[in-house]
Amino acid sequence: MSTIRLEHLNVSHPQGYQLRQVVQDVSLTVEAGECFGLVGPSGCGKSSLLWVMAGLNPHWSGDMVLAGTHVQPGSSFTGQLRRDVQMVFQDPYASLHPRHRLRRTLAEPLKRLGFDNIDDRIAQGFEQVGLASTLIDRYPHQLSGGQRQRVAIVRALLLEPKIVLLDEPTSALDMSVQAEILNLLNQLKAQQQLTMVLVSHDPDVIDHMCDRSVTMQAGRITSLS
Amino acid sequence: MTANASPFIIADRLTIGHPEGRPLVDGISFEIGKERVALVGESGSGKSLTARSLMGLLAPSLSLNASQLSLAGNDLLHLKPSQWQSLRGGKVAMVMQDPKYALNPSKTIGWQVEEPLILHRKLSRRQRQEKVLAMLEAVGLVNPQQLIKRYPNQLSGGMGQRIMLAIALITDPEFLIADEPTSALDHAMRDQVLSLIQDLVAQRDMGLLLISHDLQQVADHCQRVMVMYQGQILDRLAARDLGQATHPYTRTLWACRPSLATKGKRLPTLDRAALEGYS
Amino acid sequence: MTETSLPLRAVRRDKRRWLLIIGYSLLGLLIAMALFAPWVSPYDPNAQVMADRLLPPDSHHWFGTDGFGRDLLSRVIYGTRPTLLLVVFILILTVPVGMTVGIAAGYLGGWVERILMRITDIFLALPSLVIALAMVAVLGPSILNGALALALTSWPPFARQARAETQQLRRSDYLAAAKMQGIQGLPLMFGHLLPLCLPSAVVRAALSLGGIILSAAGLGFLGMGVQPPTAEWGSMVAEGGKVIFDQWWVAAAPGGAILLASLTFNFIGDGLRDRLDSRHDS
Repeated sequence: MSTIRLEHLNVSHPQGYQLRQVVQDVSLTVEAGECFGLVGPSGCGKSSLLWVMAGLNPHWSGDMVLAGTHVQPGSSFTGQLRRDVQMVFQDPYASLHPRHRLRRTLAEPLKRLGFDNIDDRIAQGFEQVGLASTLIDRYPHQLSGGQRQRVAIVRALLLEPKIVLLDEPTSALDMSVQAEILNLLNQLKAQQQLTMVLVSHDPDVIDHMCDRSVTMQAGRITSLS
Repeated sequence: MTANASPFIIADRLTIGHPEGRPLVDGISFEIGKERVALVGESGSGKSLTARSLMGLLAPSLSLNASQLSLAGNDLLHLKPSQWQSLRGGKVAMVMQDPKYALNPSKTIGWQVEEPLILHRKLSRRQRQEKVLAMLEAVGLVNPQQLIKRYPNQLSGGMGQRIMLAIALITDPEFLIADEPTSALDHAMRDQVLSLIQDLVAQRDMGLLLISHDLQQVADHCQRVMVMYQGQILDRLAARDLGQATHPYTRTLWACRPSLATKGKRLPTLDRAALEGYS
Repeated sequence: MTETSLPLRAVRRDKRRWLLIIGYSLLGLLIAMALFAPWVSPYDPNAQVMADRLLPPDSHHWFGTDGFGRDLLSRVIYGTRPTLLLVVFILILTVPVGMTVGIAAGYLGGWVERILMRITDIFLALPSLVIALAMVAVLGPSILNGALALALTSWPPFARQARAETQQLRRSDYLAAAKMQGIQGLPLMFGHLLPLCLPSAVVRAALSLGGIILSAAGLGFLGMGVQPPTAEWGSMVAEGGKVIFDQWWVAAAPGGAILLASLTFNFIGDGLRDRLDSRHDS
């Protein structure tokens, strides 16, 4: 059974008081342990599609199955589903709360969900992504862009998800830092058998990272590879 | 294009930093003529600060020291604000990274492209209008008559960057500084905008300083490359020699791009500890 | 080696720093006067010495005496107490209420937002001094009632500001990330949104306190604040108004104190606001 199955998905965005359709009739499947790519120019709807899979956009219709759960349009993700799907956002400067220390940012969801050994898990996570444990008690503005993105990756993985969504994870980073992050993602994917969906406007990144990919334009899939 | 006999830009032992901190640009020296030069480095290498110092746009909390800093024969260390004004309009112009933040959302595009002409040139209204329309065509925008009445929020990223170029070039400066002009753009747009910059610079007999973090990208569009790391220039070479670079930093930057060919392999990354030891 | 000069913006930066230094120093002075009034005042503020009424400022009475022979300097010093107490009460009442309403409205949206904002608009439309007078007339004059009255009309701007900021933040990635991690509702509003709305609320509070002090003095002037014989600047100005042409110091001393206190908070607010802006720039 595919880890992700989308059938005839339509996605809309609220614009003022109206809804604008940004994705039309998209169907795709992603198998377990695969890295699946969504590539296309800005405005093609790839990020909107990803946010629907993340449970951040309730304005969609169609059929969606994520990690065995049949998702209803308009409902928010709760319980196991919420933990199974996690996302790494594009802008490392904007996805970590500026006034929370990293430890608090990482520990809060773990506490809410009743995980044990929280400090150990955080320390382990930092080690996995190659960050010094001294950084755990720092604020985001004290880290570089590459370091922040590593923290974002730790945050996504701490809840032990089955699906990791990545929304242009390296677009805001330098070439050299991008190489480090891409290496890290490949390493984690191999170690933990993650299923990943990667959105990027850069076909080179998709070519390097993904087992399969689709190209999108104006809300539709135009080619598969 | 070969460098002029007297270089357009001369910097000697340029140092920029916070008054009581480590220097962000550490005593670098370089000369640029009427040629296309790229300044490449990671974030924090000091490349943007260097560019801004040439335009007099450093943040006030930073201090600047140099034994020489001149542009078109003007001593940049001792310019009055009014002299900076005429320099920025007439001799050197800058295009920055994100048109979203650089364009005024409350003024029409026509007004913004015309403004440099009003400030720096004495032309009649009709002459200005003609120049504006000609400039918008030159940067590859269709239907300029319609465009001048629109506002920046109605533009796509690529169009916005072309407008920025139009604003920069309309006063016919001799030199263009482009600070990561394509970083905020889609992959598809990047080559287009860089080729446009290269064409315009060639047509107008201008010099170009292109700032970027992507070595392969600038290789196609520049003649010379300077590589910066933590405030120092580590390597200088011709663009065509990049594939055979000897400095480890340059080699890693050159090879770190992902592609179909690198699929499944580890991308080369910087070994920063080793870099500190290599000089 | 030569240095460029960066004149204009550096001067502005220093001015910002001086505003804060002066503001904090004055605030410290006011707080010290309030706390140590019994030790600092040369006389008992309520001691009436009819033989010494309406004396001009001299070496025995630095600010002179009022119509009952009471030392004005001591009364001004003791007058910091009701003023600062009022300031504290109002802060405690307005800022939390305003921010809670604003953040809830901005985060929950929909009907909740519309209802909360209409309530905010209603209170915003009330004329502060008139309402304050009405309330105090009904409840009786005292510091707490005066604070309550002024707070009633001071909280709406905080609500509006917090709501606007919350609406902007709703589109940010770190709130989306929090949602992905299952954080929502009260923990999100108070743990994540509130810390981000707090800096501008602090600036607004400091700036509005200047005006509040004037309103409080106004209440006292109209006899609706603390009752005599307690020393309060507003009522002292009212008393001094009766003899202002011949014995100007009776009104000038408390008037000057009101001015000083108001300026203190204006300086602090200005300095903080500039500091916040500059942090946004960098």
